[in-house]
Amino acid sequence: MKKETLLNAVLIALFVGVALAAWIMDEPYLITLATKAAIFAIAGVGLNFALGFGGLVSFGHAVFFGLGGYAMGILAFHAQTYTPILEWPFAINGTRSMPVIWGVAIVVSAVVAVGIGALSLRTNGVYFIMITLAFAQMFYYFAISWPTYGGEDGLSIYVRNEFPGLNTMDPIQYFAICFTLLLLVLFCVHRAAHSSFGLMLRAARQNEERVQAVGHTPFRLYLTAFVISGAITGLAGALFADLNRFVSPTLLSWHTSGEIMIFVILGGVGRVFGPVAGAALFILLEYVLGGLSEFWQIYLGAILLGVVLFARGGLYGLIAGREVAHD
Amino acid sequence: MSLILLAEQTLNGLQFGVMLFLMAAGLTLIFGVMGLINLAHGSLYMVGAFAAAGMAAATGSFMLALIASLVAAAIAGVLIELTVIRRLYDRDHLDQVLATFALILIFSEGTRWVFGSFPLFLDKPAFLSGTVTLPFNVEYSVYRLSLIVVGILVAIGLFWMIAKTRIGIRIRAGENDREMIGALGVDISRLYTMVFALGAALAGLAGALIGAIQSVQVGMGEPVLILAFVVIVIGGIGSIKGALIGAILVGLTDTLGRFLLPQAFALILEPSQATSVGSSLASMSIYILMAGILLFRPKGLLGGA
Repeated sequence: MKKETLLNAVLIALFVGVALAAWIMDEPYLITLATKAAIFAIAGVGLNFALGFGGLVSFGHAVFFGLGGYAMGILAFHAQTYTPILEWPFAINGTRSMPVIWGVAIVVSAVVAVGIGALSLRTNGVYFIMITLAFAQMFYYFAISWPTYGGEDGLSIYVRNEFPGLNTMDPIQYFAICFTLLLLVLFCVHRAAHSSFGLMLRAARQNEERVQAVGHTPFRLYLTAFVISGAITGLAGALFADLNRFVSPTLLSWHTSGEIMIFVILGGVGRVFGPVAGAALFILLEYVLGGLSEFWQIYLGAILLGVVLFARGGLYGLIAGREVAHD
Repeated sequence: MSLILLAEQTLNGLQFGVMLFLMAAGLTLIFGVMGLINLAHGSLYMVGAFAAAGMAAATGSFMLALIASLVAAAIAGVLIELTVIRRLYDRDHLDQVLATFALILIFSEGTRWVFGSFPLFLDKPAFLSGTVTLPFNVEYSVYRLSLIVVGILVAIGLFWMIAKTRIGIRIRAGENDREMIGALGVDISRLYTMVFALGAALAGLAGALIGAIQSVQVGMGEPVLILAFVVIVIGGIGSIKGALIGAILVGLTDTLGRFLLPQAFALILEPSQATSVGSSLASMSIYILMAGILLFRPKGLLGGA
């Protein structure tokens, strides 16, 4: 068994172990932390699909995280106030069903990702980073200045949404939902990364001309990757909103984009499980350093700086070796 | 809508534009010469503002405060260039974004640690307060007018420096071919440190100047930083002339958008709706402008290859 596979297994066991131990010791806060880590991991896995496999450095993934969040917020808000979202030309009502909310979050994020991707992919390099950032800012300022859904104050949802057969207000059950979705996403991403599409995508990252020469269109590969990436991050946003029962424009701020990027980098770019390790490490740092000092972000900054400067490849790079397998 | 109000808003837009230019010029120089995306540029802006506020509180002199902002930002710039930034020149943009994002975290939290979370205030100097009457009976704040003048002077100085002086020639040569000027005996790493310090000082100056009309607080640099990125992307990264055009364009679009859009919508919608639609659209206007420009010129207005 390769080191990387072993590390993946350890990571999964760690998640389950921490959550179960916290459940047995009756520590709901720890379960919530594990849930948060699982949700951040989903967001990171989403970004990694564009960033790691496609080499698309998107600095605007907060858009999708926020859209997922607002999809949950808006649907649940209308269900909570018994008002329709749309009366004309056809009636749309709010919903409190998680699966429906996830579906909406994924579809909305994917549709927006098509738009943003199609425009942004006309550029590359720094321009791509900046234009994705600009799109995220556009949505951020829109959310702040649009008063219907709380504007700057955000939207509170009183009760967590429903999942058939489960009590979602019970921390361990909500953890189970999020963790299962994480595993599902990991499985799909693993399959996609090893499909002919995934191979072509990685080839395009390494050498666009060659991919073009064998008859593929890099633009289409990139756009597909960007859309899949956005959809996954959107799902994470919906889960995160449900975890907090609160959405606000902060979800859309560029700090969120930066943090999602941190999950990817801390864990290891371009490895399917990398962001899972990164998100877990981020939550751990937040918990440990946050307990030490109010100004824990100084230390986070220093650690991040250290990782970028000296430990390229992140946690996975350190433990499993820098080489990404050529299988 | 009176024309006088429109003139005043246009001047505000121009003032905003030239201040953005101070930020954007440094960013675009640093990118053009060293190929580096520096997210921490907003932190240097903040450092300048805090240094100015601290100096003004200690001495009461606005001029000393401005000098303090220049010096402090340049020193902070040199420090991070020597310790961190220098290692990033050969890295890809992703590493640069992350490392400078980490610097933002350190700067912001560090400043909060030292100065606390409450905003500081920097007063306008007495001789620049009050208003002046411009032609056509336009009343305008003397301070804002002097910001426009300072911005234009800095722009002229910068263009002169780039075009005529030895260091300007080296900067342009560094943009074109860094190996070649290294081979010709120019100390590249000193040139890089100097360019970085220059950009930092400009950002610090902008922070101090703006700090006198807004409050000086942690995180003040970030909105400006993102706007400055929009500016250099619109203008074409690496082009100072592009940064100037982009800055004025963004300043005017933002200010006039906020002023005109709600009024424009008031013609077709009810007042309350018009205000909310107009102001939401106005806050997005510069990003729409940027997306529009990139659609037709993916490398910005004056961006080369």
